[in-house]
Amino acid sequence: MNNGFRLFAVAAGLFLLTACGTTGESKEGMAEGQAGASGSATDQGSAQASGVQPGGGATLHPLDDPANILSNQVIYFDFDSSTVKPESMQLITAHAAYLAENPGLRVRLEGHADERGSREYNLGLGERRSQAVERLLVLNGAGGNQLETISFGEERPVALGHDENAWWQNRRVEIVYPAR
Amino acid sequence: MSSRYPTRWLLLAVLLFTRDAAAILTIEITQGAEGALPIAIVPFGWSGATALPPEDVAEVVTNDLARSGRFKPLPEQDLLARPHQGSEVRFRDWRILGMESLVVGQVHDRGGGNLEVQFQLFDVFRGEQLIGYSIPTTADGLRRTAHQVSDLIYEALTGERGAFTTRVAYVVASRAGGRESFQLQLADADGFGARAVLNSNRPIMSPAWSADGNRLAYVSFEEGRPEIYLQDTLSGQRRRLLPAGSSSSAPAWSPDGTRLALTSSRDGNPEIYVYDLTTSRLERLTQNPAIDTEPAWSPDSRTLVFTSDRGGGPQIYRMPATGGEPQRVTFEGRYNARASFSPDGKRLTLVHGGNNRYSIGVLEIDSGILQLLTDGALDESPSFAPNGSMIIYATAGHDRGVLAAVSVDGRVRQRLLLQEGDVRDPAWSPYRK
Repeated sequence: MNNGFRLFAVAAGLFLLTACGTTGESKEGMAEGQAGASGSATDQGSAQASGVQPGGGATLHPLDDPANILSNQVIYFDFDSSTVKPESMQLITAHAAYLAENPGLRVRLEGHADERGSREYNLGLGERRSQAVERLLVLNGAGGNQLETISFGEERPVALGHDENAWWQNRRVEIVYPAR
Repeated sequence: MSSRYPTRWLLLAVLLFTRDAAAILTIEITQGAEGALPIAIVPFGWSGATALPPEDVAEVVTNDLARSGRFKPLPEQDLLARPHQGSEVRFRDWRILGMESLVVGQVHDRGGGNLEVQFQLFDVFRGEQLIGYSIPTTADGLRRTAHQVSDLIYEALTGERGAFTTRVAYVVASRAGGRESFQLQLADADGFGARAVLNSNRPIMSPAWSADGNRLAYVSFEEGRPEIYLQDTLSGQRRRLLPAGSSSSAPAWSPDGTRLALTSSRDGNPEIYVYDLTTSRLERLTQNPAIDTEPAWSPDSRTLVFTSDRGGGPQIYRMPATGGEPQRVTFEGRYNARASFSPDGKRLTLVHGGNNRYSIGVLEIDSGILQLLTDGALDESPSFAPNGSMIIYATAGHDRGVLAAVSVDGRVRQRLLLQEGDVRDPAWSPYRK
């Protein structure tokens, strides 16, 4: 049953992203319809998170603990695409759940592009990617007011090479949490 | 992965008027044109008290004319004679060397800081003077006067207006000790006198010159997201154009000096807007969920071209500057972006992507014919010289970005090498008014 819901949430998310010109109204409708489904999927995620006690030298904050999916805060994209890949959905739902549990937390979704093509168009591409992540986080339980999108285009690469080895690392959205 | 959310602003954007803030741009001609005119430019005479004049006028002129690709100046060591005025010239000396044109001149010290440059241009074959000028100037203005001499010679021999007194603006990114820094720099078109007008540890993009050449618009990330700033090049005064949170970029000044076209995501996705500089009114021109960006004005300020991916991938569209249904302009290839008009309004230069390579192209607007001028893989940001004869652009050097220029027919290409830093986003200034 849980698997079925998770697949449905992924498919619905993909449908939302690939459908052009989706109106605000229908998006909200889908979000409401999904709330129940993602609720059960993310219950598992939040159960994991609450098991970890922050503070002290021995235990790590979930956002920093390499054993915790939440420590992964980067989502990658295919060339010229702003579609969140299916393999990123587990990460999205985990962060959405964490945000839903911590409604006072605000994050920035920083969108980036690789260096190819024009800088200004890449600024738009980075923004589109961060908005795609934003929509999916909201769909999966995060509050819209917890999310801020920003684009850096190709101006802040993490990898400086001029080939696909570098480019794939730069096509990304980073979920940036406040300092802790 | 640790958090990178800033707890305080680390950035300080600082204005600098440092002379020679960065190493000098040097010019390297990588590909010359056949049929370049052989010309001899004799070192100018000097009547001042010091051993040497403040500038070597003949050297500035030689480099200007060589850089245009239209001329082949005689190397100084091959000079057979060194006349300084017409009466000293024996045309036979120059015919022997195969010269078609000859330039001789002198710089006079008139006292009180005043100088005078005199020069004459001769047709060697006919043994006749074509032009002769006497230009008053100062020690500080001497280099600019030398560029004016280049303009006069260029125009006399090609029939085209020269662009040697113009400037370029560009962005330099450096990494020192693991820290990034960015500068917006101005330099003469020959790379001399580079100075920084903005220092930042956040990215800078898309410098654009006002029509009168007195102001620059650019994008700065200093407040955490991209916003357009306007800056006076003389006083350094600057202001953010739109309210914070507008996510504004891609500024373009109208040639008639009244408006700025720009991109803003204030309404949810990148759209084209026009800002009226007198009324401060902002008018939205596009309504489309696509990315609409990189607006550029036609020379008569009545049409805008811009990049839009409303058709699937980035292509160039045009619309009236007052708004209206956009018409697609590029139909070749899956990627066309960053278009700007030639000064005569008949062509667009743009970035054309195909086979995973991005090169500079020129589109004839009437015929729709697209010609690729470069074969680079990562070429971008093309900008016409104000006489329409050359296009400056950004390209990838061995290990960093460099600027390059290509003649509009594609035959002559040159690199402008900066000693340090990653150079990009060039913008060629208009003629000074």
